[in-house]
Amino acid sequence: MALRELKVCLLGDTGVGKSSIVWRFVEDSFDPNINPTIGASFMTKTVQHQNELHKFLIWDTAGQERFRALAPMYYRGSAAAIIVYDITKEDSFQTLKNWVKELRQHGPPNIVVAIAGNKCDISDAREVPEKDAKDYADSIHAIFVETSAKNAININEVFIEISKRIPVADAVAETPGRGFKLGRQASESRRMCC
Amino acid sequence: MLSLHRDWDDIMEKEDHQQGEEQEVKICDSSSETLATSLSLLGNHMFPDSVQRNDSSDSQLSDLAAAVEPCLKSEPSDHVTRRENEGPENGVPTQPADTEPEDADVENEQSDSGDFVAEMLAKAKLEEQGIGLKGRSSPLLEAGNDESPALMSHRDEDVTAESWRQHRKHVFVLSEAGKPIYSRYGSEEALSSTMGVMMALVSFVQSGDNVIRSVYSDGHTVVFLQKGPLVLVCVSSSRQSEQQLRGELLYVYYQIISMLTQASISRIFEHKKNYDLRRLLAGSEKILDGLLNLVDSDPSFLLAAVHCLPLTCSLRDSLSQILQKAITPNLVFSILIAKNQLLTIVQEKTVIEDTRLEPADVHLLLNLIGASSAFQAGEIWTPICLPLFNPDCYFYAYISYLDPPDCTVCLLLLSTDKEAFYAVAECKRKIEEAMVTQKSLSLIAKAQSYSVSQVGVSDLRHFMYKPFDVPDHYRQLSQFTSPEMEAPYSSEEEKMRLLDLYRYMHSRIHSTSRPLKLIYHVAERETLLAWVTSKFELYTCFSPLVTKACAITAITKLLRWIKKEEDRLFIRYPAKYSTTPNPSKSSRGAKSDQQDSTDNGFLSLL
Repeated sequence: MALRELKVCLLGDTGVGKSSIVWRFVEDSFDPNINPTIGASFMTKTVQHQNELHKFLIWDTAGQERFRALAPMYYRGSAAAIIVYDITKEDSFQTLKNWVKELRQHGPPNIVVAIAGNKCDISDAREVPEKDAKDYADSIHAIFVETSAKNAININEVFIEISKRIPVADAVAETPGRGFKLGRQASESRRMCC
Repeated sequence: MLSLHRDWDDIMEKEDHQQGEEQEVKICDSSSETLATSLSLLGNHMFPDSVQRNDSSDSQLSDLAAAVEPCLKSEPSDHVTRRENEGPENGVPTQPADTEPEDADVENEQSDSGDFVAEMLAKAKLEEQGIGLKGRSSPLLEAGNDESPALMSHRDEDVTAESWRQHRKHVFVLSEAGKPIYSRYGSEEALSSTMGVMMALVSFVQSGDNVIRSVYSDGHTVVFLQKGPLVLVCVSSSRQSEQQLRGELLYVYYQIISMLTQASISRIFEHKKNYDLRRLLAGSEKILDGLLNLVDSDPSFLLAAVHCLPLTCSLRDSLSQILQKAITPNLVFSILIAKNQLLTIVQEKTVIEDTRLEPADVHLLLNLIGASSAFQAGEIWTPICLPLFNPDCYFYAYISYLDPPDCTVCLLLLSTDKEAFYAVAECKRKIEEAMVTQKSLSLIAKAQSYSVSQVGVSDLRHFMYKPFDVPDHYRQLSQFTSPEMEAPYSSEEEKMRLLDLYRYMHSRIHSTSRPLKLIYHVAERETLLAWVTSKFELYTCFSPLVTKACAITAITKLLRWIKKEEDRLFIRYPAKYSTTPNPSKSSRGAKSDQQDSTDNGFLSLL
């Protein structure tokens, strides 16, 4: 089975739950007292998508302002960006719009953008209506889900959606080709052995 | 601001004459009532005792109030309004022209703290009992807080509460515009008027071409440190020397620099004088909190030396060799840490020829790793500045634990190339592989600090030994060794008490006015002997019944034991590698590297 490496970065305001989403996805665990990320944290997870394996190289960036200038280092070359906001904080949704703008100006041209409205388990305190966010996401052709890292709602789904949206064209051009080549080499060497 | 300073000048004329330029302005309550009065303004309850003493000086108080007021007003926006909201109980007069309300304030203060002296005395007890809030890291640091620890983080503390006032050591950081940047306890917003007054004190003394350094009151020492656009203030009841407290403030400053660099802080404040630096430090308060807890509980800071985990020489060498082999261009430092202590450190040759790694930089790195659990997930890549190495530049740090989920052995790789993550991560894989084949992790897990009983001197309870005799040629990191604190120093409060005794001895030894070489100090529950020579600095703690002759024999034995064990207790020969990409340089580096490795007593690997 072909293996594709997909670089994904998480962006968004501090405290919206980027690390929690990654932890839920990679480790399937949740820590309510998680510390703010320092710099950026790198993790990987491989999932199967149709007849391919997708290895997500996840860059979980720090939301604090002092690390803001580093963001290009992480989104450069990314296949996808998950921009996270907190549905209980209007401000974080405004920050999200700034990230979308920045990605559009400086990000990779074909980057898949996913918008995750996190903390949907506490919708009592909601400040951002789901419809507003959905409309906004549609207007920029982004994936949209409301998630809860705490209750494991829609976390895997975000990554599944990303897998679906990754252009297949790339895959045809690169990965299967390499796989084919390897296969032939293997058979050749076997022949020589016999 | 100028006219304001003229007011201040009148008040302070006397002091200015007494104290020469550049001289320390020490203000004792008795000698200069005026400034002590102004400190009562600081007194969001910090100096209720001086308030009590000075309520006669109404006119001076109003002068001061007049001076403070415009200073705060010159600050746009929030400050003034917040002050008004806080009202009189804050102790800062709101109506400078009228002395009446201030008197009322003072009265309030007094009744507020009617039994303050008694409480101050009781406080010492509370501290000994170690009633604290923050638990794990050092419960001793906060005394007698009534609030439920589970519900209240120290940042939500009520800054008007007695419990807030009773903290053993407060640390405040503010900008030159008087904007709060950090407070160890309580929220910065709630303290903005207090910090405004601190800044008024600083700029007032500054206007007389002088520098405020410290203020002494009965129970407290206030130490000021101005570094560039930042002002750091420590209010301590810990009886530490001013010099020690200033050293601790310097660590706080360095930790801030390590996150932002000195250059960017200067640039920010040049550009915008009243910038709120908390925007950039948001989320990093824990690192500063952690540093202050460590400064209180770990003698490394006092001794300005690094404590490494005792390891057999062969194991430490094999770890160094593993690190030496896993290199990539622009890698500068490879550091292995276990249980928050140094295992080994390998350094880029050409870089370290120019500058040596200072213990303070290592302390900041150790604190960064210890203060946040954020490093326990995945591999971290973050910019970090080593302020003593170069205060204006960032290194890029790769941080990853080698033994998840236990997270005791941590690898730290510092590169100068911000894009080098994948290359550096590859070094980690190599290190991990080599450590698996050599079973290093299980060997490290067995390593632990030692017991003083191993020395075999019956009356010796504890010691700290810092050698100076390392040949400069090696550009060795300053290190010290010390056994575990065991009974009777096993409880947190007893540990702190012993550390306080050491701090006292240290302050006597390093006193600027009257330095000492040898102190034999008979305390209530133990006898201490501190000794500094050209070769080492030694602090020992004996049982109280030891005789002087006995102690001296014991020290001779101890020194002999340390000499015998020094290969295990210290990193003797810091290993080096060469990763400079420049081919001519690297060939030269490789050559001298080889030479060096024989120098270092390693078998040549090449």
